[in-house]
Amino acid sequence: MKNNFKRFFSSGLGQLTIPIISICLLIIFNLIRDPSFFSISIAHNNDGNMVLAGNLISIINGASELAILAMGMTLVTAACGGQDISVGAAAAIAGSVFVKIIKMCMFDFNSDIKAGYIILAFLAACVVAMLFGAFNGTLVAVFKIQPMIATLILFTCGRSIAYWINGGATPTVSSPIITAIGGFIPGVPIPTPVIIVVVMAVLFKLLFHFTSLELFTQSVGINGNAARLNGINSTFIKLLSFIILGICVAVAGTIGVSRLGLINHETLLIDIEMDTILAVAIGGNSLGGGKFKIGGSILGAYVIQMLTITLYAMKVSSTDVKAYKAVVIILLVVIGSPVVKKYFGRMVSKAKANRSEKKAKGAVE
Amino acid sequence: MSKAKLKVREPLTDTQLLMTITICIFIVMYGLAMLIFGGGFLRTQQIFDILNDNASLIIVSCGLTIVMIGGGIDISVGAVTSLVVMSCVMFYNRTGNMVLAALLAIGIGLAFGLIQGALISFLDIQPFIVTLAGMFFARGMTTILSVNPQKLPTETMDKLAGIKIEIPWLGYVANNGNVIPARMEIGVVVALLVVIAVFVLLQFGSLGRNFYAIGGNQTSALMLGINVKKTRFMSYVICGLLSGISGFVFMMHTGAGNATNAAGMEMNAIASSIIGGTLLTGGVGNVIGTFFGTLTLKTISKIVVTSGLNDPWWQSITTGGMLCFFILLQSIVLGRRAKKKK
Amino acid sequence: MQENVLLQMRNIDKSFPGVHALNNVDFTLRKGEIHALMGENGAGKSTLIKVLTGVYQMEKGEIKVEGNKISIHSPQDAQNKGISTVYQEITLCPNLTVAENMFIGRDKKSFINSKARIKRANEILNKLGIPARGSQILGNCSLAIQQMVAIARAVDMNCKVLILDEPTSSLDDKEVNMLFSLMRDLKSRGVGIIFVTHFLEQVYEVSDRITVLRNGELVGEYLTEELPQVELVSKMIGKELEELSSLGESDEKQSAEGEVFYEAHGLSSSEALPFDFSIKKGEVNGFTGLLGSGRSESVRAIFGADKVGGGTVKIKGKKVSITKPVDAMRHGIGYLAEDRKRDGIIAELSVRENIILALQVMNGMFKPISRSEAEAFADEYIKVLNIKTASRETPVGSLSGGNQQKVILARWLLTHPDYLILDEPTRGIDVGTKLEIQKLVLKLAEEGVSVTFISSEIEEMLRTCSRLIVMRDRHIVGELKGKDLNQTQVMKTIAGGEA
Repeated sequence: MKNNFKRFFSSGLGQLTIPIISICLLIIFNLIRDPSFFSISIAHNNDGNMVLAGNLISIINGASELAILAMGMTLVTAACGGQDISVGAAAAIAGSVFVKIIKMCMFDFNSDIKAGYIILAFLAACVVAMLFGAFNGTLVAVFKIQPMIATLILFTCGRSIAYWINGGATPTVSSPIITAIGGFIPGVPIPTPVIIVVVMAVLFKLLFHFTSLELFTQSVGINGNAARLNGINSTFIKLLSFIILGICVAVAGTIGVSRLGLINHETLLIDIEMDTILAVAIGGNSLGGGKFKIGGSILGAYVIQMLTITLYAMKVSSTDVKAYKAVVIILLVVIGSPVVKKYFGRMVSKAKANRSEKKAKGAVE
Repeated sequence: MSKAKLKVREPLTDTQLLMTITICIFIVMYGLAMLIFGGGFLRTQQIFDILNDNASLIIVSCGLTIVMIGGGIDISVGAVTSLVVMSCVMFYNRTGNMVLAALLAIGIGLAFGLIQGALISFLDIQPFIVTLAGMFFARGMTTILSVNPQKLPTETMDKLAGIKIEIPWLGYVANNGNVIPARMEIGVVVALLVVIAVFVLLQFGSLGRNFYAIGGNQTSALMLGINVKKTRFMSYVICGLLSGISGFVFMMHTGAGNATNAAGMEMNAIASSIIGGTLLTGGVGNVIGTFFGTLTLKTISKIVVTSGLNDPWWQSITTGGMLCFFILLQSIVLGRRAKKKK
Repeated sequence: MQENVLLQMRNIDKSFPGVHALNNVDFTLRKGEIHALMGENGAGKSTLIKVLTGVYQMEKGEIKVEGNKISIHSPQDAQNKGISTVYQEITLCPNLTVAENMFIGRDKKSFINSKARIKRANEILNKLGIPARGSQILGNCSLAIQQMVAIARAVDMNCKVLILDEPTSSLDDKEVNMLFSLMRDLKSRGVGIIFVTHFLEQVYEVSDRITVLRNGELVGEYLTEELPQVELVSKMIGKELEELSSLGESDEKQSAEGEVFYEAHGLSSSEALPFDFSIKKGEVNGFTGLLGSGRSESVRAIFGADKVGGGTVKIKGKKVSITKPVDAMRHGIGYLAEDRKRDGIIAELSVRENIILALQVMNGMFKPISRSEAEAFADEYIKVLNIKTASRETPVGSLSGGNQQKVILARWLLTHPDYLILDEPTRGIDVGTKLEIQKLVLKLAEEGVSVTFISSEIEEMLRTCSRLIVMRDRHIVGELKGKDLNQTQVMKTIAGGEA
């Protein structure tokens, strides 16, 4: 019994220890601070739908884009041992394309927004985001440029490209369908972005079930040499990871646009790249690549959002949150750093040695 | 005989090659701009304007070049600059003491350098993550200090604006016959001094050469008896210090602290270094190249604006395009060299 | 005689988990002597060097330099005490100048007079006759020059003992000669040189004395002129010559008479010189030769592991093109790499995932092996090959070397290859597992699989192979089969020339 328990913790939970402990700490902290933080109520929104409301719901809802990006980022991290810092900018581009196509359709057919336009626009956004993903991926996989530097290019100019796509405006798109994507589907009390996260997670699960991408990606990330000698095309795997991230970017961008009903290239998913990387790290995935757990990253995204909402609840302004988050990040990476780990490892083994020594002594006595 | 031996010309080093390419591109580009646009580009003041506007960028890029030569990266520089501007303005408005404000600027910069350097060198944490956190911390602190823009008092602004170096012989004759001298802000002098100081450090200082060594091959550097950790630590400390100075220069130029100050400066600084021939992988780079990298970058911006593409997005799109161009150029030029050697 | 002794290592002992790397080893170096340190893989020569340079700490024994007992804590410490090492891979900074590489990290001055440095560097280079200039960028010099610069640095730091660890493995003949004349020059200045190499000719060309290690033990110290080449080889490999000839041709193997499965003409790669090779169905052949003779590089070329240079390849008589590993795999070739850690295992993945990896690649990305199938495969091979692991989900990295090797074997067996290349499958694993692997090879051959088997232990190859291809200095120098397949003959061919 005890053994089973132990194995469960060491294998299954090992990677998820940090996010679960973080969530527990945040929950305890909030319980002490203000138990009403956790209250969930049913309210009527502007359209008169019955919807769930409360801090927990806004955490789960607000983390949707982050969770989706974190899924893709996990794959890139695992394959390339580096991160894509252009996801926010690329999402702005995807969002812009989304809006642009809808506007064009409306103009061409001189009609209101129809579901078909939205699907077309979303597909276009996907294609564009995948192309930008392929661009980043080529620099990384073919030209062997470090991921962070390669994606710096798009990070620098992505938001300007988004701005340019919309001709310098921040156009709005209003339609019940878009409101439904960014908010609630009539009759469903759960926010739609949350449903999309679930769909994406299921899609990833299916992807890993019906292809051997997971095995190949991990092999490339852990031991590129051995992967090559076993016939895996690592260039392709790396490129593919960036393209898949591109799809995630398009989905996140679409959700972001739909929430507000407008595209603002400056503020759409601003600074999300940092949170995304953090989510991957908190999820127990090594930023140096290799073994990964998508679930961990999703959990990591919720940890971050919970931290953010907690800070908001403590009346920290949205611009100041960054500073506090930075402190948390530094604490996490310091705890996770090899030097500190080694130090603690030594402490633990010393303590163990001491204990066994005492035991031995006790036995002698 | 021995003299003839001394005169053997060494082939261009990677640093020199990349730097030469950049300087050539700069000269060609500027020459074309003079031919096509004439006007402002024909006056020396154009160059001084570019320098005046970008003195702090030059300083920050120098710091970043040092870090990159050592094989690291620091993306907190822009945010630190912004934080320094805000702190100095607010500090001056409270105390009215510019000297103390300058010390504060240096102090903040050094503090960032010390902490980030220590985390990266002694705890072996990825520099990108540490400095990304540093960037967020500095940006967050800036808004914590004040969300609203803070301005220096008008008379101080005027005084600061008055400190200029006028060079009549580089000026031009206006339509009414008056000679309008070329104007250079004090910040440019600071920037040029920094460039020279960093150049001397990198070229003749043991520490400077050690930066190259650890960037070239860390294991070798260790075997050659270099204290790799300390050297890396120092690169971040110097970079932090220069960010502090840059913030002060920025404040002298604009006279106001604003949460969005120096937005995207880190990317411009990285772009400047890369364009100037600093290698992303470390061990190769030169601060003179970086100086011309900044000039190239900003001249292109000027050309973009002058040629009528004054929509706000063109600036960063051209920066991104240039960055892409030079990153690929580096990859190709050096790849070819390596092949030839084989 | 005694005053002449520069370095004395006595009773050196060093173990690693599971391996007794050095067992009571003595080593003596005299002034002005070039002393070759010889031994095959795992003989302990690199451990001995690392103890001497402070990379490892010895457990027992003492080191004396010029009669004074010293203890060495780090490579830096070793340098300060006059023991310098020049490694096979250059440990200088390629982006700095020659002069800088000679002087960096040695003084505490904050500023550098680079002109004075270059001048001083030129003086030293001239004195030693090294054709380089102080102002050159090191990376622009040839490897030989880079090595010599490293030596010049060591000499200028007043080194008494100079260790050259495989210095010639990437040099051409002219460069080797240049290096040798430098070594002789240093010798005449009283420097003691420890020369580690696997090129026998070079040992005889330049060294005065030879110390042979085997399995972590000292075999003996000999004057070079008194030790014939064949005897040296037998000492390294571990059988006395007389004993060898008495062994005779105990069991003659039938060479397989099947059709030719694989055939290559003039095959070359970025690492291997062109060679011809063919293997029949159900045949077991071996590539032998000392370390660095090109045996691994050649089989890597067969598998397409390095960039293929040229040549034609036929499988079952049909011309095919194999440019990358996956091509070879599609044609039924499997390859167990020499360096298990670097090229074989995916350490953090489980035994199950490691076993199915190659089959999965061949199936393609869109036909994943289901979990239950994979578990069945893993369980089957864990049982068949007797892999000792806590469970099939244990990360491979935590298994012992022998069991890791079995996992990789299982990986290839699962693909049911027609031709299996095993490069040092028995290195660093226990005797029992070695026998199991040999038996497996023979069983596979019976089932019609062609096998190429490489091992540093000749007995092992004689036991399994019906044909041996002998390589020396990256060329095939002989092919032995039938009656010639005995230790004496193999060693004679490896050593080259007449003993």
